[in-house]
Amino acid sequence: MRSRSAESAALHVVRPTAAWGLPSFREVWQFRELAYCLVWREIKVRYKQTALGAAWAVVQPFFTMVVFSTFFGRLGRLPSENLPYPLFAYCALLPWQLFAFVVAEASSSVVANQRLITKVYFPRLILPIVAVAVGVVDFGIAFAILVLMMGYYGVSPSLAMWTLPVWLLLAVAAALGAGLWLAALNVRYRDVRYTVPLLIQLWLFASPVAYPIAIVPPSWRTLYALNPMVGVIEGFRWALLGTRGVSLPVAAVSAAAVAAAVVGGLVYFRRTERVFADLV
Amino acid sequence: MRTSSEIDVASAAGRAEQAAGATHPTAPRPHGPASASLAVRAEGLAKRYDLGRIEPYGALRDSIARAVRAPVALIRRTRGAPSDAPARVVWALRDVSFEIGHGEVVGVIGRNGSGKSTLLKILSRVTEPTSGRAEIRGRVGSLLEVGTGFHPELTGRENVFVNGAMLGMKRREIRRKFDEIVAFAGVEPFIDTPVKHYSSGMQMRLAFAVAAHLEPDILLVDEVLAVGDLEFQRRCLGKMQDVSRAGRTVLLVSHQLGQIRRLCARTMWLDGGRIRRFGPTGDAIREYEAATIAGDDPAPGQCFVRWELLGSAGSGHTLTDSRRPFTIRAHVRLAQDISMGHFGVGVLDEDDRVLAGWAFEPISLPCGRHALDTIVEALPLRPKNYRLSFALFDRGNNLTGGRLVEKWIGVPHLTLDAPPVGHPQDEWAGVLNVAARLETSSADGGVGPRLAAAARSA
Repeated sequence: MRSRSAESAALHVVRPTAAWGLPSFREVWQFRELAYCLVWREIKVRYKQTALGAAWAVVQPFFTMVVFSTFFGRLGRLPSENLPYPLFAYCALLPWQLFAFVVAEASSSVVANQRLITKVYFPRLILPIVAVAVGVVDFGIAFAILVLMMGYYGVSPSLAMWTLPVWLLLAVAAALGAGLWLAALNVRYRDVRYTVPLLIQLWLFASPVAYPIAIVPPSWRTLYALNPMVGVIEGFRWALLGTRGVSLPVAAVSAAAVAAAVVGGLVYFRRTERVFADLV
Repeated sequence: MRTSSEIDVASAAGRAEQAAGATHPTAPRPHGPASASLAVRAEGLAKRYDLGRIEPYGALRDSIARAVRAPVALIRRTRGAPSDAPARVVWALRDVSFEIGHGEVVGVIGRNGSGKSTLLKILSRVTEPTSGRAEIRGRVGSLLEVGTGFHPELTGRENVFVNGAMLGMKRREIRRKFDEIVAFAGVEPFIDTPVKHYSSGMQMRLAFAVAAHLEPDILLVDEVLAVGDLEFQRRCLGKMQDVSRAGRTVLLVSHQLGQIRRLCARTMWLDGGRIRRFGPTGDAIREYEAATIAGDDPAPGQCFVRWELLGSAGSGHTLTDSRRPFTIRAHVRLAQDISMGHFGVGVLDEDDRVLAGWAFEPISLPCGRHALDTIVEALPLRPKNYRLSFALFDRGNNLTGGRLVEKWIGVPHLTLDAPPVGHPQDEWAGVLNVAARLETSSADGGVGPRLAAAARSA
C-alpha cells in the first residue's frame, strides 16, 4: 500500500522557516491520529494502579465544593444569588477545574515529552491540544454530578443552557491561551514549573468561583472581566442556573482577552517551536 | 510526516522556488549519483548552535538581569569598552550539499561531534537548519532509541499502537501489521503485559519491530544497532537489507565500519560539520581510517588515537572467542611525558555499567607514540556490543590527584561475537556467557534419573 513510486511521493522542503506566523492547523489535522493516540494514552495511563479510577475526575471538584460550601457558604456567609451554595460553587468549579487542569498540563506538555520532541517530528501544537482534550473528558465526567445536583435541588435550566458550548469553548480557549505561553516559556525557563501552581492558586481567588461577580462594584466589573474566567464562570452560571452576573460588556471583554491570549500564545509558541528540539 | 506546511506538491513549484531563493550561490556542486530520481537533495545545509543558549535551561532571572543590564552594556559598547565575552557559537553543520538517489543505502561516518546526528535531525525535521535547504521525496521514518515514547504502564500491544502513531503510521496500517510486528520482536506471550515488566532487550526488540514495519520511503538510522544482542542485530541488519531491496532509501549513521561496509554502497564522511568525502564506501572508509590513524582527524582529545584487538581470539574490533586470552591495543600519542601515572581500561555495557575494569600503575611513558597492550585472559560476556573506556593519568590516578591526560570511549565499539551458551531467552541469559551442564541424581538413593523420569511418566 505504501509502495508508491518515488515520482508520486510528496516532496518536502526542509529549510529555515519564518520567525513570525501562526502554526499550521492543516498539519495538526493531518497528525490527528497521533493526537488521538496521545489522548488515549494519557487517559489510559492516568488512572492505572489507582483504586478509584476515573472517579478521581469527580472527587476533586466535589470535595472542593464541600470545603467551599462549609467555609465560604455556611461559615463565611458569602452571597450565592439565592441559589443553594453547593450548586452555586460546583457550577463554577467545573469550568475552573477544566481551566486549571489544562493550564497545568499544557504548560508542562512540551517539557514532559522532551524525548519525543528530540527524536520525531510532529506539529508540537498537538501536545497542548492533547491536554485540552483530556481536560474536556474529565469535565464531561464531572458534569454528570452537576446534572444530579440540579435534579436534587430542583433547579431546571432555561433556554440559556443552549449557550453552554460557547462558554465551554471560551474556557478551553482561555486555558489554551495561557497554556501555550507557559509551555513555550517552560522550554526556556524552568521557573515556569514553580510559577504555574502559584499562578493557578491566585487565579482561583481572582475569579468568581467562591463568590458572585455581584460583590464586585459595578464600575470595576468590565475591568475585572479582563480575567477571562470571569466571563466564563458567570456565563456558565447564567446558562445553567439562570443567574444574572454576565452582562454583554463582561462577556465581550473576557472574549477579547481570550482572543488576544490565544493569538499571542500561538505566535509565541510557533516562534519558539522552531528551537524546541535544541533547547528542551 | 509526509506532509507539512512547507510542502511543494508540484515539483515544478519547488524548482522555481529553489531558483529564486538559493541561499548558497557559491555552494560547490553537490556530491551525487548520476541517476535522475533523487530521494534527498541537500544544498548548503548549515546548523548553528549558540552554546550560550543550549545550557540545560535558562532561568528567568538571567533574562531579567540581561534586560536590566542591556542599556548599561550599550553605553559601554559605544564608549569602546569591551563587551561581555562573545557568544560561543558552534557550527554543527556547514555548507553540506549532497544528493542521494532513490533506493540507495548510504552510510554516514565521522567522529563524535562531526555533525552526523545533526544531519539526521534536520532531515527528519526534528530541528530546522540555520540556512540552506533539503528536498526530501517521500515519507521519512527514523529508527528510535530504545523505548522512546514507550510508556511503562501501557501494555506491549498499547505501546505498539502509540509508538506506531508517533512514527506516522495510521491505525489501520498498524492493525494490519500487528501480528508481524509482534512476531518479529518475539514477545507474543507478553504482548498484554505492561512494558515496565519487560527487559530492556524486549523493549528494544519491540521498538525496533514497530519502526522496521513503518515502511518509510526514506529510513534514517542513528546508531540504534549498537544495542541489543548480536542475534537481534543480525535480524535488524537483514530487515534493513530487505528495506533497501524494496527500493527504499536508507541513511545509516554508525561507528561500526563493518556494518557500513556490508550495507552501504556509498558513504559520507563528515568532519567538523563538513563533508570530507562522499563516495564509494570502500574509498570513504579507507580515507577515514587513514586520517584517523595518521592523527589527521582532530579528535577532541589528542592522546588516544585508536584501538584494536590482537591475538587469535579476535581481530579488528570483533572478539570471536571470549574464553581465550586476547590483547586490547590502544594507540596513544603523547605530547608530554607521563611519569608515575595510571592507565585504566574498562568494559561498559550500553547503560554504561562497568562490567570489567583494570588499572595499571604506576606507569611512565616518554612523549611520542606508543601502543599500550592490555592482555586479557578471558571476557566471558554475552555476545553484544560493548564500549571500551580508556583513561590515562599523569602523576597519580583519579583518587590521588593525578592529572587526567585523557578519558576516551573507544570508537568503534567492541563487538563480542562468540556463540551464546546461556539461557536462550534474552531476559534470563544475564550478563555472563558461561556454559553449564545439568546432572541429576536421586536423593532417595539407587534409582537413576532416567528411571525416575520413566517412573513418573508411567
